[in-house]
Amino acid sequence: MNAIILSAILGVILMFSGIFVTSKTAIRNIATAGMALLLLVNIAEQGGFHLFNVNTHNMLVFSKFGLLFNSIAFSATLLFFLVSAKDITNVGINAAEYFALIFFISCGIAIVSSFNSLLLLFLGIEIISIPLYILTGSDKRNLKSNEASLKYFLMGSFSTGIMLLGIALVYGAKASFSMEQMHSSINAGRNAWFYAGLLLVLISMLFKVSAAPFHFWTPDVYDGAPTVFTSFMATIVKAGVFIALVRLFDMSFVGSGYDWQLIIAIVTAATLFIGNITAIFQQSVKRMLAYSSIAQAGFMLFGVFSQNDFSREGIILYTLGYSLATIGIFAVLIKMKDYTFEGFNGLARTEPVLAATTTIFLLSLAGIPLTIGFFAKYFMLASAVKSGSHLWLVIFAILCAAISVYYYFRVIQSMYFKTGLAETEPVTPVFRWLLAGMAAAVIILGIFPNLVLQYLYF
Amino acid sequence: MVPVLLILIPLITGAALFAVKQEATAKSIALLASLLSLALMLAGMSGYIDAAQMTYDQPWLGGINSRFHFALDGMSQLLCLLTTLSFPIIIYSTWNNRYDDSNRFFGLVLLSQAGLLGVFMALDALLFYFFWELALIPLYFLCSRWGGERRIQVTIKFFIYTFIGSLFMLIGLIMLYFKAGGSFAWSDFLNLKMTSGQELGIFLMLAIAFAIKMPLFPFHTWQPDTYEQSPTAVTMILSAIMAKMGVFGLLRWLAPIVPSATFLWGDNFATLAVIGMLYASFIAMRQDDLKRLVAYSSIAHIGLMILAIFAPSYSGIQGAMIQMFNHGINILGMWIVVNVIEQKFGTRKISELGGLAQKAPVLTILLVIVALANIAMPLTNAFIGEFMMFNGVLGSTATKFGLAYTIAALVTIILSAVYTLRMIQRVFYGETNELTSKATDISFNVKLSLAIIVVGIILIGVFPKPLLSLTSEVSADILGRMNLK
Repeated sequence: MNAIILSAILGVILMFSGIFVTSKTAIRNIATAGMALLLLVNIAEQGGFHLFNVNTHNMLVFSKFGLLFNSIAFSATLLFFLVSAKDITNVGINAAEYFALIFFISCGIAIVSSFNSLLLLFLGIEIISIPLYILTGSDKRNLKSNEASLKYFLMGSFSTGIMLLGIALVYGAKASFSMEQMHSSINAGRNAWFYAGLLLVLISMLFKVSAAPFHFWTPDVYDGAPTVFTSFMATIVKAGVFIALVRLFDMSFVGSGYDWQLIIAIVTAATLFIGNITAIFQQSVKRMLAYSSIAQAGFMLFGVFSQNDFSREGIILYTLGYSLATIGIFAVLIKMKDYTFEGFNGLARTEPVLAATTTIFLLSLAGIPLTIGFFAKYFMLASAVKSGSHLWLVIFAILCAAISVYYYFRVIQSMYFKTGLAETEPVTPVFRWLLAGMAAAVIILGIFPNLVLQYLYF
Repeated sequence: MVPVLLILIPLITGAALFAVKQEATAKSIALLASLLSLALMLAGMSGYIDAAQMTYDQPWLGGINSRFHFALDGMSQLLCLLTTLSFPIIIYSTWNNRYDDSNRFFGLVLLSQAGLLGVFMALDALLFYFFWELALIPLYFLCSRWGGERRIQVTIKFFIYTFIGSLFMLIGLIMLYFKAGGSFAWSDFLNLKMTSGQELGIFLMLAIAFAIKMPLFPFHTWQPDTYEQSPTAVTMILSAIMAKMGVFGLLRWLAPIVPSATFLWGDNFATLAVIGMLYASFIAMRQDDLKRLVAYSSIAHIGLMILAIFAPSYSGIQGAMIQMFNHGINILGMWIVVNVIEQKFGTRKISELGGLAQKAPVLTILLVIVALANIAMPLTNAFIGEFMMFNGVLGSTATKFGLAYTIAALVTIILSAVYTLRMIQRVFYGETNELTSKATDISFNVKLSLAIIVVGIILIGVFPKPLLSLTSEVSADILGRMNLK
C-alpha cells in the first residue's frame, strides 16, 4: 500500500513542480529523490512497516512476491533515472510532466503486482497504459513519434476494450470480481462464459506484453518513441504487466483441469520465433532491441507457462537481469549519433568503458554464464523442465536462444572487431561509473543470484 | 584449496592484465602466472600438499542446491597437468609474435585457462556448465579480435555451434537435476534409476554438446575454419586443451551417468567416429595449408579416442586417457612449428615452402620426432596410447564390430603417415626456393619449448606407467558402471 499511495502523491508533486520549478536540474533531483523514497518505503513494507492502513476490502493483497517485484521495478526505475534523467529532460520542454507520468506508471505497476480483483487489474493496466501513450508521443515535433503514439493508443484502446469484455463475461459467470472466487476449488460457474472471458483477458494481456501474434505494434512504437522512453517501456513496464499475467494465471487457469498450457506454449513458441528471426534482419540497433524485447518476452512467458517455484524465482531474476541490461544498452544507445550497427563500429577505441559495459549487457541478454541473464534463462528453462510437459518447447527455446547470439554479437563485433570511428555525444565520467556499476551488478548477481532470491523466502 | 588457487591464479592475473599497459611486462606476467599454476599443480600431484587440500566443497546456491565443489581425481589431475603445462609452453613458444593490445591478448589467454581448469575439476553440474561456457567466451574474443581475414564470420559460427551444444547440455543437466531429487552433485547423478527412454533423452542432450566440442563428424565443420583463422597461440589452446573438454565430458559426465544408453548407442557413435577419421584423413592429404592439415589430422586423432570410448574396454579407456595427454602435447609441437614457419615466411602454403632442413636443422630434427609421434611410431608416446586403444577396441565386449572398427582405424594411421611425412618432405627437404633460401634456424625459446615436448614424447613413450596408474582407478570405475570389466 505504501508504494501505491506514495507514487501517486509523488506524481502529483512532480506535475505541480513543473509550474513552480524552472530549473531542469532541480526537477531531475526531485524525481530521483522521489524514486529513492518510493523504493525505501516499499522495502520498509517488505519489512512489515506500513505507512498507510487502508481497508482494501480484499481487493489488493500484498504478498512477498509482489512487494519484492515492486522493489526490483523501483530500483530499476531509480537506475534508469540515474543514467538517463538528463536525456528525459532533453526530450521536450515539459520535463516535469515526463517524470510525473513515470510515477503514475509506477503506481500502476504497484497495483498490478498486488491486485486481487479483476477491477483493480483493469485499473492498474490502464494506469500503466495511458501515461505510456503520452510518453510515446512526447517528442511532439517528430512525425515518427506522433505516428507511434497514435498507433499505440488505437491498438491499446482496442485491447482494453477486449479486456473489459472479458472481465464482464467472467463476472457474468462467477458473479464476482474477486480472484479468490475464481481460484476456489468449487467449480461452480466455471462454464464456457468463464473461460471465454478469461481468454479475452489473456489476449489483452498478451497484447500488452507484446507476445505473438499480438506483437505488431511493438517495433513501430518502440522505434518511434523517444529512445529514453523506449528503454522504460521495454523493461520495467513490460515486466510489470508480466507480473500481472503471472498472478492472473496463478489464480485462474491453474488447477482448472483445462489444457491451458498448450495455448501458452504455442504463444511462447510463436513469440520466440518471430522475435528472434525478425531481429536478425534489422539494420538499426534500436529496432533490433525492439524485436529482441519480443524475443525476451517469449522467455518470460515461461514464467506463465510453468507456474512453479522455479518460474516465480525466474521471473524475478528475469525482470532484474533484463531491466539492468536493457536500460544499460539503451543508455549507451542514446549517446550514439548513429543508431545503425555501423554506427557502433570501433566504439571500443573511442569509448572503451561504454563498449565494455555494453558487451557485458549483451552477454547477459544472450544468457551467457557469469551474468544474471544466464540464471534468468536457467530458472525459466528449469521451470519448464520441472513442469514436465511440452519438452519440445524447451528445445525450441534453446534453439532461439542460440539465434539471439547472432544479433547480440553483431553489436559486439561492430564495437570490437570492425574499424571505424563511432561518434557519441559527450559522456560524463559519472555516467561511465554508473554504467560500470550496473555491469558489475550484472556480474555479481550472475555469480550469486541468491542475493536477490533470498527475499522471496525470508 | 589447490583447485581454488589453480583457478584464481589465472583468473586474477588475467583480469589484472587488462590494466597493465607495457607489452613486455604483460607478457612476462602472463608467463609467470602460468608457471606458477604449473608449479602448484606439480606440487599438488607430487604429494607435497596434503591430499585433503585437493578438494574444495562449499555451498554456492542454497535455493537450488548447487555447490562450489572441485576435486582432483586421477583424470582431473591428468588434464589439469596438461593444461598447466601447455600454457607456459604456448606463451613462451610464441614469445616473439606481435599482437596489438597484447596486454588484453594475454589477459584473455589466462582467463581461458581459468575456465578450462574449472571444467576439468568441477564435480557440480551447474558449476561445470559455468566453466564450460567461461572457457569459450575469452576464446571467442581472442579469435575474433586477433584472427585472420575471415575471423568474424568464422568465429561467430564457432560460437553459435558450441553454444547450441552447451544449451542442449544444460537441458540434459537440468533433467538429471530433477531426476536426482534436486541435486547437481556428480556423485548423486551416478546411481540414478531411469527408464531407458529417459536415459536416452539425457544421453543425446549431453552427447550433442560433447560431439560438437571434440568435434565428432558430422559436427566438425566449425573446426578447420576456426583453427585456420585463429592466431596460432589460440589454435594451440583450442586443439591441445579445448578439444579435450569434449572427451573429458564423455568420460566424466556421459558414460558413468547414463551407462546403458552409452552402451546401446555406442555403435552409432563409434561408426560416426570411424567415418570421421577416414574422412578427415583423406581431406588432410589434399590440404596445402599447414594449419588446415594439422586441423584435419586433429579430427582424425580425436576420432580414435571417441571410438575407444564408445567401444569400451579397460585397455581402450586407459588408452584414451593417456592419449588425451599425448595428443595435447604432440599437437602443441606441430603448432609451434607451424607458428615458426608462418612468422618467418608469412605463408602457410606447403607448395610455397621447401628445403628448410638445410637452413634449420635443429627445427627439422625436433619436428621429425613430433611428427613421428603424430603417426604413432613405437617409442613415442602416441604409440602407447593408440596401441592400447586399438587393443581395446578389438577386444571390446561391448560391440560386435570391433574388428571392422580396428581395421578402418588402422587405415587412418597409414593415411596419417602419408600426409604427415609428405608435409615434412615438401616443407623441409628438397630444394630451397627464393622464400626459404634466407631462412635461419629457430630462436632459443622455440628450441626450448620443442625440446620439452620432445622429451615428454620420448619419456612417456618409454615409461608411460606413472600416467597410466594415475587414471587406472577412474577407468575401472567407468567400466564398472557400464558392467564391462
